Amino acid sequence: MISIIDYGSGNLKSIKNGFSKIGVDSLVTDNAGMIKDAEALVLPGVGAFGAAMGNLHKYQDLIFEHIELGKPFLGVCLGLQLLFSHSQESSKIQGLNIFPGEVVRLPPDNKIPHMGWNQLKIIKNCPILEGIGSEYVYFVHSYYVVPENNDVVAAVAEYGIDVPAVLCRDNVYATQFHPEKSGKSGLDILKNFVKLVE
Amino acid sequence: MLAKRIIPCLDCDLQVPHGRVVKGVEFKQIRYAGEPVDLATKYYQEGADEIVFLDITASHERRETMADVIRATTENVFVPICVGGGIRKPLDYVNMLKAGADKCSTNTAAIHNPDLINEASKIVGSQACVIGIDAKRRYIEEESEASDKIIVETKKGLAWFDCSIYGGREFTGIDAVAWAMECEDRGAGEILLTSMDRDGTKDGYDLELTRTISESVDIPVIASGGVGNPQHILEAFTLGKADAALAASIFHFNEFPVPQVKAFLKENGVVVRAK
Repeated sequence: MISIIDYGSGNLKSIKNGFSKIGVDSLVTDNAGMIKDAEALVLPGVGAFGAAMGNLHKYQDLIFEHIELGKPFLGVCLGLQLLFSHSQESSKIQGLNIFPGEVVRLPPDNKIPHMGWNQLKIIKNCPILEGIGSEYVYFVHSYYVVPENNDVVAAVAEYGIDVPAVLCRDNVYATQFHPEKSGKSGLDILKNFVKLVE
Repeated sequence: MLAKRIIPCLDCDLQVPHGRVVKGVEFKQIRYAGEPVDLATKYYQEGADEIVFLDITASHERRETMADVIRATTENVFVPICVGGGIRKPLDYVNMLKAGADKCSTNTAAIHNPDLINEASKIVGSQACVIGIDAKRRYIEEESEASDKIIVETKKGLAWFDCSIYGGREFTGIDAVAWAMECEDRGAGEILLTSMDRDGTKDGYDLELTRTISESVDIPVIASGGVGNPQHILEAFTLGKADAALAASIFHFNEFPVPQVKAFLKENGVVVRAK
């Protein structure tokens, strides 16, 4: 079973609908047992970094344990940013620090939020990008991630700067865009993620 | 690079089971285009980048019907969904987002209570707070006639833009350009800009209005009102500087289906998402 962590943030139903569409059961849950037993975890998120971290705090150890066990993990949008050490958006709040690095505001040269369909530029192989080329996917965000180790970036999108769009390290995957709102390409990425579940 | 978005708009009458999509000029000669869920699914499959649902009766009683429509739509439609009409309180935003919408659009409620934008954007985020502005040209002879307004030199003379509410039935005297900037300051994430002079005419978008507002704010602007053919949509992007173009009847009655519009834009150098 795939569990989608419900910590009071964002449009969780869309991700569940995405999995249903590709014929996979998933569960939107705030239940610690369901999160602990999940074969794969999805961390969604819309909103502010600080508030989300506050709500996520009690699930933090379950997330660490899940990743430690080598089970597939997917962070989406804010769920990608929360994997970092800290964010300019809420500078006093510690992130999950799974990817050392910072979350910083997009440069003001372009409209903020970066909202709409942007084209992926694949940097390196990543299991969730199998069969994905320079597709357009749907972004909505005002901050972007700057990892200490750039090797985790599997794809970027050009928006004045190269915005990290897909991160990938061992069993941890994350997308800055919303695969559940990115049409067929997004569903293909969810399908690739599901394939990782034994 | 960000693609320009093509957004079909479904004007929904929710007084029948499942609702129905209507199109008519000022409620005259109303034509029925089909059920909202079916049309949304069709447009998604054809490559629409986003879909807007507007409850034309904007009634509080019908909000649960709209939520049902959104729930059913998002089972099969995987692009962003925006809902407008009858959104008055932050809780309305939360409920629509829970049903599966990504954004809510408000017009009248935001004019009556601008703090709604601040409150809603804090709770659901700016990206979910779309402000609908329905603007009408007010021509003047001399600048002194409207010294408190932002005056634009149009091809037909000096004009300022008046915000209307209640679907164009009432005018407020509020300057649309100034209002757009205030909405941005208050936390709005996008402007859905409809020209009341052009709506239903098929003469093309009001490009001067669109460009003025688009150059006055740093948030995306969706051009709306008056589209009759793909050339109009091209102009909304090239001359109007819009980020997205909204259209209804050209899609509903298969005059220019989404793929045809996108192919035309691509031929003319506009970056659009292939299906």
